Amino acid sequence: MSGESTKKDKVISKRIDRFFMGLESAYLFVKRFFKEVWFPPYEFKEVIRQCYQIGYNSLPLISLTGFIVGVVFTNQSRPSLAEFGATSWLPALISIAVIRAMGPLVTALIAAGKVGSSIGAEIGSMKVTEQIDAMEVSATNPFKFLVVSRVLASTFMIPVLVLYTDFVALLGAFVNVHANEMTSLSTFFVQVFDALSFLDITSSLVKSVIFGFTIGIVGCYKGYNSTKGTEGVGKAANSAVVMAMFLIFIEELLSLQVTNFFRQL
Amino acid sequence: MIESVVQARNLVKSFDDLHVLRGVDLDLFRGENLVVLGKSGSGKSVLIKIMVGLLTQDEGSVKVLGQEVKDLNSKQLNELRLKIGFSFQASALYDSMTVRENLEFPLVRNVKNLSKREKDKMVEEVLDSVGLLQTINQMPSELSGGQRKRIGIARTLILQPEIMLYDEPTAGLDPITCMDINNLINQVNEKYKTTSIIITHDLTCAKVTGDRVAVLLDGTFGASGKFEEVFENAEDGRIKSFYDYNFIKQ
Repeated sequence: MSGESTKKDKVISKRIDRFFMGLESAYLFVKRFFKEVWFPPYEFKEVIRQCYQIGYNSLPLISLTGFIVGVVFTNQSRPSLAEFGATSWLPALISIAVIRAMGPLVTALIAAGKVGSSIGAEIGSMKVTEQIDAMEVSATNPFKFLVVSRVLASTFMIPVLVLYTDFVALLGAFVNVHANEMTSLSTFFVQVFDALSFLDITSSLVKSVIFGFTIGIVGCYKGYNSTKGTEGVGKAANSAVVMAMFLIFIEELLSLQVTNFFRQL
Repeated sequence: MIESVVQARNLVKSFDDLHVLRGVDLDLFRGENLVVLGKSGSGKSVLIKIMVGLLTQDEGSVKVLGQEVKDLNSKQLNELRLKIGFSFQASALYDSMTVRENLEFPLVRNVKNLSKREKDKMVEEVLDSVGLLQTINQMPSELSGGQRKRIGIARTLILQPEIMLYDEPTAGLDPITCMDINNLINQVNEKYKTTSIIITHDLTCAKVTGDRVAVLLDGTFGASGKFEEVFENAEDGRIKSFYDYNFIKQ
């Protein structure tokens, strides 16, 4: 009996050790990023290539999702407002919901799935096929070339994609509102912008930057530390998505608290 | 006296409970081709990875071109690495780049003020020397195993290293392509005046390319010398069986 409990204790203590070692290695990885990002050589070409991969290649998916979110949210909100005879408030309600929460969150979650997994898998497969070692022995800093460039690109591009998603979601909402309430485009957008404050837009952009950084760094960290051949690559891609999504929700919650604090000032 | 370009003394390396190298001593002399033989997992690749600073030894010393590798800072290590070419077992070509971009990669990062024309000339020259100029715009996924090995070697040659480290150059290739790679190693040695360590468990490769052979057994060198000296009069059963298996002796 006591032997069994000692075994269990050992397993638990090993898991706790592994958890804290993981935290330490993630901390060192992020620290290394902030240390290396400021100093030359700067991999501008690679950053631009990654911006294209992350930004341009995500447009079709983001467009479709953003538009559908706008249409569906408008449709779901109408009956509640109609009960109070307040369907004219739809543009204001939608703009607040889309700009403050749904635009950044939907974009970040989609990017975590698409971009995070692709970064994790790409760097993971480079690691297991010794391509990262090959860079190192040719006197190139693989961290700078692979990690810094991808994290910078996702940090720049996610806010841009968020702005685009906001616009497409509002367009979707307008189509729905126009079809039901015959509201004109200019009236719709006047109401949309009237409902928004400077804080709404800045907080949305700031949190998009944080989401972008999270997606990039988590994908790179998981890929860079992948082991055990092709199985490890799959695990890296999968855990990059899961971890990024988890962190995005936590960051969303924290950013809500911070924004509310500023709103009350 | 011939200059020793790599000198390892009492090299020890373990991975957790697995003791891979248990006091390896090695001298590589300028201009020679040294073949390191051994079973899979005997620590051959670990040995050359320590020489380029990809791994660090637990004990002992490795001097490459007179510099103690583990004492170098990252700048000094990079300068040393420019003098060493490392050909990886699986070629390690960058999947997302064409053959041209693969070859340009070390060049643009390490040779300053190079015009496009000079760059193209160097890439074409080195590709021609491995006989694969026609693949210049192809992706690595479009190449055969042998071609990938050759391009991998070409990528290391573009910086004109003094020392070449080949990690299992003939692994996974058919006998004819193996012979092509063996000849290429000899040509490289002749044309670029390199000093090489060839890691392999292929005795034909060892016989064709090696000036000297060293057999890694249980973490130390069990025998070393000319191929014939090591194998034809071998008394150690493990070395004998290695020879018999490779040459299918009945």
